[in-house]
Amino acid sequence: MTEQIQNGTLTVTDDDFVLAVSEDLETDRNYASQGFWKGVFLRFKNNTRAMIGLYIILLIMLLSIFGPMFSGYGYREIVSVRVDGTDVVAKSLSPQIAGLHKSTGADDVFADKTFLFGTDTLGRDLWTRVWYGARISVMIAFVTIITDMVIGMSYGLISGYFGKTTDAIMQRIVEISNSIPRLVIVGVLATFMPKGVWLVIVALLTTEWIGMSKIARAEMLRIKGLEYIMASRTLGAKNFRIIFSDVLPNTIGPVITQVMFSIPIAIFTEAFLSFVGVGIVLPQCSIGSLIEDGFNNITTLPYQILPPIIVLALLMLAFNFVGDGLREALAPRIEDM
Amino acid sequence: MALVTLLIITFLLFLMVRIMPGNPFPSERMSADAIAKKRAEMGLNDPIFVQFGNYMKNVLLKGSFGKGSSLYNGAPISTVLPQCMANSFKIGGISILLGTLIGLILGIAAALNRGRFWDTFCTVLSIVGVCVPSYVFMIFLQYFLAYKVTIFPFYFDASRFLSSSVIPALSLSLFSMSTVARFTRNEMVEVMDFDYVLLAESKGMYGTKLVTRHILRNALIPIVTVIAPLVVDLLTGALVVEKIYGINGLGKLLVDAISGEGIDYNYVLALGIIYSALYILIMLILDIAYGLLDPRIRLAGKKES
Repeated sequence: MTEQIQNGTLTVTDDDFVLAVSEDLETDRNYASQGFWKGVFLRFKNNTRAMIGLYIILLIMLLSIFGPMFSGYGYREIVSVRVDGTDVVAKSLSPQIAGLHKSTGADDVFADKTFLFGTDTLGRDLWTRVWYGARISVMIAFVTIITDMVIGMSYGLISGYFGKTTDAIMQRIVEISNSIPRLVIVGVLATFMPKGVWLVIVALLTTEWIGMSKIARAEMLRIKGLEYIMASRTLGAKNFRIIFSDVLPNTIGPVITQVMFSIPIAIFTEAFLSFVGVGIVLPQCSIGSLIEDGFNNITTLPYQILPPIIVLALLMLAFNFVGDGLREALAPRIEDM
Repeated sequence: MALVTLLIITFLLFLMVRIMPGNPFPSERMSADAIAKKRAEMGLNDPIFVQFGNYMKNVLLKGSFGKGSSLYNGAPISTVLPQCMANSFKIGGISILLGTLIGLILGIAAALNRGRFWDTFCTVLSIVGVCVPSYVFMIFLQYFLAYKVTIFPFYFDASRFLSSSVIPALSLSLFSMSTVARFTRNEMVEVMDFDYVLLAESKGMYGTKLVTRHILRNALIPIVTVIAPLVVDLLTGALVVEKIYGINGLGKLLVDAISGEGIDYNYVLALGIIYSALYILIMLILDIAYGLLDPRIRLAGKKES
């Protein structure tokens, strides 16, 4: 006891206090509160399929950025070797790796070159072209789908928020544009637009926003009646603020899931349009136009079609896995937990 | 309601094709006078509503969609269409039937044998179906079944309809098959856990009767919902499949009309109308099928009206 009584007053020093319980007190982790997004992240991370999908997407993205650099050829460069004063073009070579390739004789002038996927009928390196094409395809998909997300979300939120006549009119418009098949839109667009990237982008822009707007509207209808919106309005928030800063953050989850499912659709549509011949124009290439090239030579050079098809299939698969994973992570059911 | 929608769509399409920039005449080869004369002759100087009225009059009363400019040597579209529609419908119909039937059977087999061979098969099929587009699958089939092993013809041959429709029908049905199989499996697994199934089982019901009367009936409702988008995907898929396999169908017609050098306005318009009409018709049929399958929807609908 260190209590000292001096002149009738009690002075207390730090030494007077002793910790009542041990320091290594266990905090309750089971019921600890956890942020919503942290929970989503953890659930997503525990989902093997979704993580595999994410890794595939990252891998393809990295390859489509850096892949063309590895080969050392340009995507439109025709590989040739000068022999006895004439250029010999590396047309339609099978896949070969420099060190492992067995030379077929003196006329095999490309024995020291590496073509991981072979070359096409004009003598361009397919490895470069496949990753370049993947870059174009993924870029188109991302740009259009993000734009669609912005358009669709604003449309759906506004339509759902104001309700009544506004909603009725806006929903009629959606209904009508929803019953025009995408094919028809592409057909009509092709009558006055030049073929190429922009045709694909506009075709995707005019169709893909509808799904997003439906989801955003449904979310708005659900959230509109909640107390915090009423509180916000009572405090004098304007419509614009309620829609875009109170409601919008809470609708982002389902919309992002929809984005993940729309991207493979966009990639697929691009591939399909390029295949039909209204998409990417030469010498540019995309997954679709590469598949078309491969298809034209399928009976003689069947290996040419495989790389773009595999990349396309992997992309579709990966985005679907990630979409599924996100959906489960955002709205966990009790049995999953 | 459906008809009104169709009319509005037709008008929009008409408007887009007519008003948007672009010239139906190859201007280098025609003098300005000739173009003006041609325009007056074709009624292109009339107000847009009058033009639309004339067009609709022709379509509805005479069944004529005008002439194509270059395809089929400018033959009237209405003579080209029936043959194309017949081809497309036959193959589309076969593949949708094939897809839903096999999909249902696979899904049921997977749900009844959870965790065993059919279940795994169903999962693999659904993954393949999601990530392989129908035309890619078609290229594979064509390569292996018609080129490596010549069981089926490499291109469509109207005189051998049955054997030459196997490859396109199979490839078109892949996607619907896998989706239907996956949905059937998941729905059935969910329904099988309900108490009323247990009750039916405990009353001594088993086998086919239990599956068809009690489980499938309730599982079918969500399945019908997924068939609608499938049919639409089928339209898209048919476009390329017909093009690759050389089938004279609607899809090939549209591809030819838009991918050639000169774009054929009348064909695009006619096909646009037909596709939209088909689409709306399918939606209508599915709405009705919905009511037939689910008495709750039927009753709710009656109460409202």
